[in-house]
Amino acid sequence: MNELLIASMMTMMTAATPLVFAATGELVCEKSGVLNLGVEGMMLIGAVFGFAAVTLTGQPLAGLLAGSLCGLVAALIFALLTLTLLSNQVATGLALTIFGTGLSALVGLDYVGETIEQIRSIHIPVLSDLPVIGRLLFGHDPLVYLAIIILALSGWFLKPTRWGMILRAVGDSEVSAHAIGYPVIAIRYAAVAFGGAMAGLGGAYLSLVYTPLWAENMTAGRGWIALALVVFASWRPSRVLLGAILFGGITILQLNAQAAGLGIPGAFMSMLPYIATIVVLVLISRDAIRIRLNAPACLGKPFRAER
Amino acid sequence: MKYFAKLASVLLAALLSFGVAYSASADKLKVGFIYIGPPGDHGWTYAHDQARLMIDNMLGDHVETTYVEGVPEGPDAERAIAKLAETGHKLIFTTSFGYMEPTLKVAKRFPDVKFEHATGYKQADNVATYSARFYEGRYVQGQIAAKISKSGVIGYIASFPIPEVVRGINAFMLGAQSINPDMKVKVVWVYSWFDPPKEADAAKVLMDQGADIITQHTDSTAALQAAADRGIHAFGQASDMIQFAPDTQLTAVLDDWGPYYVKRTVDVLMGTWSPGDTWNGMGPGMVGMAPFTNMPSAVAMMARKTAESIRTGAFHPFTGPIYNQAGELVVAAGEVAADFPMLATMNFYVQGVDDKLPE
Repeated sequence: MNELLIASMMTMMTAATPLVFAATGELVCEKSGVLNLGVEGMMLIGAVFGFAAVTLTGQPLAGLLAGSLCGLVAALIFALLTLTLLSNQVATGLALTIFGTGLSALVGLDYVGETIEQIRSIHIPVLSDLPVIGRLLFGHDPLVYLAIIILALSGWFLKPTRWGMILRAVGDSEVSAHAIGYPVIAIRYAAVAFGGAMAGLGGAYLSLVYTPLWAENMTAGRGWIALALVVFASWRPSRVLLGAILFGGITILQLNAQAAGLGIPGAFMSMLPYIATIVVLVLISRDAIRIRLNAPACLGKPFRAER
Repeated sequence: MKYFAKLASVLLAALLSFGVAYSASADKLKVGFIYIGPPGDHGWTYAHDQARLMIDNMLGDHVETTYVEGVPEGPDAERAIAKLAETGHKLIFTTSFGYMEPTLKVAKRFPDVKFEHATGYKQADNVATYSARFYEGRYVQGQIAAKISKSGVIGYIASFPIPEVVRGINAFMLGAQSINPDMKVKVVWVYSWFDPPKEADAAKVLMDQGADIITQHTDSTAALQAAADRGIHAFGQASDMIQFAPDTQLTAVLDDWGPYYVKRTVDVLMGTWSPGDTWNGMGPGMVGMAPFTNMPSAVAMMARKTAESIRTGAFHPFTGPIYNQAGELVVAAGEVAADFPMLATMNFYVQGVDDKLPE
């Protein structure tokens, strides 16, 4: 039983990792006041280009870099359209997802059925061999740690640092930030780019570590879960990790329940993360002050600098 | 396989001898294929595509093949099949269970087009069905698994609760029980034929729950690779997947559709095509086994022996006594389960499967 628990928690951690990457990126992006619904598309782009890079070079690192870079480029297209050309963020984000799905399928045509060397779990002599916590804390693949580090750094960046505060100011009141003289558009470009890079990395995690394969539409809705996760975490980085483990964990729990022969319909459990998100939305919407504290006030609004 | 190749080449020679005028008309027979996944899945669709290439190779002078890949089971399928029929394809293979109704619907609209639906059970004047007795191979896998497993628990990744899949699980269980009556089979349904991350998730979860052998009825190599990552053994699916997991794959049930496809195409060319149902197993070579690897030679020997007795017809995997989960006798001792209705519509688990069959 104990063995099952540890093993399940390990599996949940890997299921949570792509969500942590994508949700961290989206959180920073939304904090600057930009709503990018293209996470799913950027993840797919990251997954396919990451996979292609590893196939061509044989270097896992190249795959991760290519994945995040291509996610970033896709996000920059979005930024150009919404921030410079002032198109509607919701519509453009949805278009980015559809574009990413199509582009990744096209690029991926040659890579279907190919396989690569998987990025393996690390093993630290002594530490990984400790009972129970050894494997839980020191037995994952390197990217699990990278995801947590990036999340922690983002949390730290947003709170006390100067640029973090400026970014939040831009998201909360673009007009004031602009009046003080901060480059609103430039900061938003940077935040959107970071979001894209993280989504790309999350996608690359799927095709390089999770299953060393490329398959069309392999993110299977994880981008949407990441979006829901940001709301679920009510824009607080500390809650993203918890939410990711919960959301990722439900997929694993669902399968676990089946394997244990409990007879709970899988579709019901797959629905749970979204119900949880709606419940959280309703709960935080009841408390006006809490919303004002965390949700970026200018989320999704286009900004045109008047002089 | 060889027998069929010979047969086909004889038929082909016959065709060629009187077919000069035929080919002069330059009108090649167009044969279409509808695939559920990509030909590169190295599983189910890959096997069908290999068979399509066999038609190209053997009948290329008279036949032109087209395929549409990644067609979802549903309204899209109907559109894709109709498209092939509209563009002059006279023989269309629809290669997944869920294409059954769409195929029948389109067939009604195009009475002069011949349709071949894989794994279905509804025929019409211009719709034939065909399937392979994969369960024969699953029985052999079950025996191997029972010999190799240390934990006594096997993980089974299933796609949809349809007779073909249930039959596979039962045959596997019966094979395992023939070696060790206490073997357990845990089942996870992923409700997809091709979803690599989900297949990998299912494999991981099954391993978490103590399974030390993984087998699957889904089409990608992801589960095999997940098993390789944890250093346990697994079975390939639909084609030899050994290149993806050289130290992991024990064997794989191979689908060999080629001879059947060539024969049916020749039938259409010669005007002798007729509807009906074909359900072939190891005997005629529609089902094969990949080399028995990563196991002691005694186990490989046993597997070969079982496969051989199934191939010659000396043994049937569904030989009684067989009990269902409620403990009721469904096939009496010494008797063999009938193709219809028992095997064709199988919707119950045999005793020992550690799962409740979804409705």
